[in-house]
Amino acid sequence: MATLGDLERTVMDLLWTTPEAMTANELRDAIAEAPSGEVGRELAVTTVLTVLSRLEKKGLVKRERDSRPHRYMSVTSREDHTAELMHEVLVTAPDREAVLARFIGSVSEAEAQTLRKLLGGS
Amino acid sequence: MFWASYLLAALAIILAWPAPIALSRAGWPARAPFTAMVLWQSIALAGGLSMIGAMLVWGLEPLGDNLVTASAAFLDILLADGSAESLGVIHVFAISAAILLFGHLVFTLALTFVRIHRQRRRHRDMLTLLSSPAAGQPATLVIKHPAPVAYCLPGGARSVTVMSDGLMDLLSQAELDAVLTHENAHLHQRHHLLLWAFAAWRAALPWLPTSRLAQQAVSELIEMLADDEALRHVDEPTLVRAIAIVGAGAAPSTPDALDDALADESGIPLTTARAVSGGTSDVTSTVPRLRRLLSPLPPLSLIQQGLALSSAGLLLVIPPLLLVAPELLG
Repeated sequence: MATLGDLERTVMDLLWTTPEAMTANELRDAIAEAPSGEVGRELAVTTVLTVLSRLEKKGLVKRERDSRPHRYMSVTSREDHTAELMHEVLVTAPDREAVLARFIGSVSEAEAQTLRKLLGGS
Repeated sequence: MFWASYLLAALAIILAWPAPIALSRAGWPARAPFTAMVLWQSIALAGGLSMIGAMLVWGLEPLGDNLVTASAAFLDILLADGSAESLGVIHVFAISAAILLFGHLVFTLALTFVRIHRQRRRHRDMLTLLSSPAAGQPATLVIKHPAPVAYCLPGGARSVTVMSDGLMDLLSQAELDAVLTHENAHLHQRHHLLLWAFAAWRAALPWLPTSRLAQQAVSELIEMLADDEALRHVDEPTLVRAIAIVGAGAAPSTPDALDDALADESGIPLTTARAVSGGTSDVTSTVPRLRRLLSPLPPLSLIQQGLALSSAGLLLVIPPLLLVAPELLG
């Protein structure tokens, strides 16, 4: 049984890899044809619409309002989202230290130079 | 009852100022990180207790010879609408301050908890979309990003360790294992609970410089504890190399040069260890961490550790004792 998270992931993967906007029907057909098999069962269009509205609320998906049925597309690329998430991880903020524990905290330029020297690099 | 409040106030001042400063400057915590961690926790807890206790005991003094009768008299004033004339403005002020401080600490703790959890959930949501599970490693996610990044996101059964593929390209399998055991140690030893408590303490009392010192010390100590745990599974050069490579954000140009540099202890200047990083006043700790691994000092003797642990225990016992002492002594 696929969770909502899996469904969201499948939908986002499709929207990120498809250049043009898609309707909920097209998305459902694409999911059914997906070779992954993870979520490869027959989905109701309403389920797809639920997932889309959740993603829209999270700011990941937008729709073309003037077309009927609505066509959905991703707000930005997967790479942009990843960069944003990694920026969140890498930025130095004391109040964020409690959210996640990084293997290496912030490294000052002087420290980085010391480490590079240690590694015998340039 | 006055003398108890003065003793509590003295303890509060010692625990708010000289004690944390001395502990943050001491060299021994690197040799016994667990003991130091226990001591930091008891300093924070006893500090808060004695701060609140001092004001409460002093404020209630006119109402009775001990805390129980005085509190009962105070409740009588509040609930039965008794006369507050016996108290006086200053004592009412002290009692209010004690209650406010207690409420403030508890509220900030709760607020920090909610804030941290909300951020973690949002982060986990995004990870579900953006990362894929690592092959053969349960609860490990790989995210496509060139920067060498590794971190763990606590969340009970849903805790995950995340690595970037940039990191996986830079490190050998053994070095990756070192990173993973280090991160898993954070999760197993529940370090996020410590980080939460000390982040809350800092948020609640930002004007207290020692709350910043404590948070810094605690985040350094958990790294040492996780390093020590990683060393049970991987050898020291592997862990050192992993830390150095990730810290430098670049691959070693020649693998042998690292071994040469590691053999030469003078390669790590002491001064840069305290370099201040961009914008914040937070000290980075990567170089001290490496130095500790490269030239390990003998662990603190059992007697010294016992001494530190018993003072931690004493700190927790003294404030409650002082609170009830006037009653015990009549």
